[in-house]
Amino acid sequence: MTFDTEYFNAGYLDSLSYKDTFVHRLDPRTKILVSFIFILFVVSFPKYELSGLMPFFIYPVFLLTAGDIPLRAIAKKVLFISPFAIFIGIFNPLLDTNVMLTPFGVPVTGGWISFLSIIVKFILTVSTALLLIAVTSFPGICEALARMKLPRILVIQLLFLYRYLFVLMEEALRMLRAREARSFKKRGKEIKTFIRLISVLLLRTVERAERIYQAMLSRGFRGEIRVLKRHKLRLQDILFVIFSVTIFYIFRNFNIVSFIGETLSRSIR
Amino acid sequence: MHMADALLSPVVGGTLWAGTLGAIAYAAKKLKEKMDERMIPLMGVLGAFIFAAQMINFTIPGTGSSGHIGGGMLLAILLGPYAAFLVIASVLIIQALFFADGGLLALGANIWNLGIYPCFIAYPLIYRALVKQNALSRRITLASVLGVVIGLQLGAFSVVLETKLSGITELPFDTFVILMLPTHLAIGLIEGFITAGIVNYVRTLRPDIVENVEAVKVLSSGGSLKKIVVVMAILAVLAGGAFSWFASTYPDGLEWSIEKIYGKPEIPERSNVIAEILLEIQKKTAILPDYSFPAGSKGDREPSWPAIDPGTSLSGLFGGIMVLGLVVIFGIGIKVLRRFRHRT
Amino acid sequence: MSHHIVELKDVYFRYPDGTEALKGISFKVFHGESVGIAGANGTGKTTLLMNLSGHLLPTKGEVSIGDMPLSKKTRQEVRKKVGFVFQRPDDQLFMPTVYEDVAFGPINLGLTPEKVDERVRSTLEIVGCLHLINRPPHRISEGQKSAVAIATVMAMNPDILVMDEPASNLDPKSRRQLINLLKEFKHTKIIATHDLDLILDVCERCIVIKDGMIMADGPAEEILLKEVLLEENNLELPLSRQNVAYKGLNLKATKAFPGKG
Repeated sequence: MTFDTEYFNAGYLDSLSYKDTFVHRLDPRTKILVSFIFILFVVSFPKYELSGLMPFFIYPVFLLTAGDIPLRAIAKKVLFISPFAIFIGIFNPLLDTNVMLTPFGVPVTGGWISFLSIIVKFILTVSTALLLIAVTSFPGICEALARMKLPRILVIQLLFLYRYLFVLMEEALRMLRAREARSFKKRGKEIKTFIRLISVLLLRTVERAERIYQAMLSRGFRGEIRVLKRHKLRLQDILFVIFSVTIFYIFRNFNIVSFIGETLSRSIR
Repeated sequence: MHMADALLSPVVGGTLWAGTLGAIAYAAKKLKEKMDERMIPLMGVLGAFIFAAQMINFTIPGTGSSGHIGGGMLLAILLGPYAAFLVIASVLIIQALFFADGGLLALGANIWNLGIYPCFIAYPLIYRALVKQNALSRRITLASVLGVVIGLQLGAFSVVLETKLSGITELPFDTFVILMLPTHLAIGLIEGFITAGIVNYVRTLRPDIVENVEAVKVLSSGGSLKKIVVVMAILAVLAGGAFSWFASTYPDGLEWSIEKIYGKPEIPERSNVIAEILLEIQKKTAILPDYSFPAGSKGDREPSWPAIDPGTSLSGLFGGIMVLGLVVIFGIGIKVLRRFRHRT
Repeated sequence: MSHHIVELKDVYFRYPDGTEALKGISFKVFHGESVGIAGANGTGKTTLLMNLSGHLLPTKGEVSIGDMPLSKKTRQEVRKKVGFVFQRPDDQLFMPTVYEDVAFGPINLGLTPEKVDERVRSTLEIVGCLHLINRPPHRISEGQKSAVAIATVMAMNPDILVMDEPASNLDPKSRRQLINLLKEFKHTKIIATHDLDLILDVCERCIVIKDGMIMADGPAEEILLKEVLLEENNLELPLSRQNVAYKGLNLKATKAFPGKG
């Protein structure tokens, strides 16, 4: 993705996070906790596990649909990052050549199974991370982190970064466009020009920080910034956590898939 | 390079999270003691700056492909080690959430790999050791290149260790090392030069930004003992990691050593009993399973538990597809429900 | 009898790099007056504003706000009395939501949470941005940012409102809304800008600055019609006074500020 698309994608996810749905209204702490536990369960599967992972799609699917998040946004991003996982995982089929099963007479090696397992785990974990921010506003996440005892200075840092992220990216975008307009093919993208560009951006950034500081002083700043607490844990949060974790536990420890498979194949006969 | 969730095991991921959280608490504490309130907006916008800077690319000389900077060392030079570490953490957190770089579990590992080595090893022990007030630009270049390279090498090596310890990928240790370390050496050289270029340029216009006197003071006041402790701790983690990897991939070697210690050939059996007991406990606790033996490609070492069919039977495969279908129907159902609710 | 609220006596200011930005500025502003500071870019307008609001301390001369002379010790107090609206609203809105930005000042003043809430809502109502109360600042328009920036300052109930180029980034409609808003404020106003039409609309008095010195000081209507004077100071006649034919255009722009019904 070029700068442009990255910037707009992040901005898009950010705007989605301010929607108003059941999922959006859940306390951020709930969503962070459940998502993290979800990921732990998913990566805890052994390397040859494939079908056992399938039921876990229910969580990202739930976030997506109940949170009214367009599938395209998430799918595009997952697809974009997948080459990395594929690159690492591709060694598995190359090196692990013990045939593990033969569905319909076609031999499939363990390497391919573990490779697919990696891919599925990848899709599950990446989509969950994206969906987490899509259904939870970033300031909400920061508030949750503060209440979960993350040091305040880091939380304030996150909030400030978030506030000026798009501002700085826009500045950089303008510089990039100016560079585009004046460079031909590769000339202009050399390291020397790059150093100049970045240095100018850095100086401007520092000057901006000084102006912001003056603005803070002008409103009585004396070293402390308060993080507003606007969320309260409600019954639905607690129920959501209990319900989700129970389901994950069941999926992880009971062979739902074989059960469903057998039931269905039995009823078909 | 960022770690990804799919390549991590819960234990490795969890351990690194614990380490990172500890480091964050430590850096926050140190920063609170010495911090000038001006730093608050400065840290924030510099974090945003790193993002913006990472999105501007340059052509790598000789290859024609494009690259971008990481910025860890630059941050350390501008802000000092503690603030820089927190800024790096904040950048990675936002990357994990908005850009899906890495993952939530891998975030702990990424903050460690990309933050600890530049801020607490490369910067104080290499850069600051070489660069004092009013240094020559050549010295800054040397210190910067050295520092960035070593920081990145440590980080890259950690990625390899973490992946190997997790046991998800078949990628052999040596191959991975050969892939990671030389490329990160090249990346480090370039980024080192770029960082030095930026520092030298900015120095002429705004020397107050880069001559971080505060950082120099912080590190020299009673810092030597702390530095040593930090270094020892990190080496311990690395050594411990290497040892447990060794122990697990060459369990025969471990059994051999046990035999030597106890002098009895039955000990291998006893360790099997222990393994069985551990498996029982794991079954009962069920949340963090499967990791005392990160599997090599020896299929029978698989503690495939608790008897989940790795899809070797037809019903497993069939069921998997069915379940996916059910999940999709579930999703569509929710969408329909929402639309219905919104119409009434 | 009007009591003066701002007084500058022979103020000089030199920057650390040696630039003499202010060279002997003296004037008085009276309670409730609205003064426009006109000058080309780089003449010292911003520096002047920073000096009279306590952000910079004069290298020579005296600044008094009300009865309080400006010094290192009284800086904080002065900053509370003088509400400074900076040139770029992005620099002024640094909190995650509009609410928290406007609340920042009152919280630092030590008001109770209920009072803070009240202050925030009433101020946002005045600038017509109450509906933006929970939005993040990067998701509102430039015009809205300017209005909210003003709110953040007004929420501290300052005696004097000081503004640096308030309309420079605004499109015509937002600019008009801002002007209407400013016309309604009864505060003492000091506005630095090279937008002479704004001064004509909002201020009764105008001070012209060039090279760090006052070149003219008097009623805005008078000063801003002196073509020669203006051109000497690298300015020109306000557009509305220039001899251009506005055939058939409706020049009345008196639409009420949105949110005010």
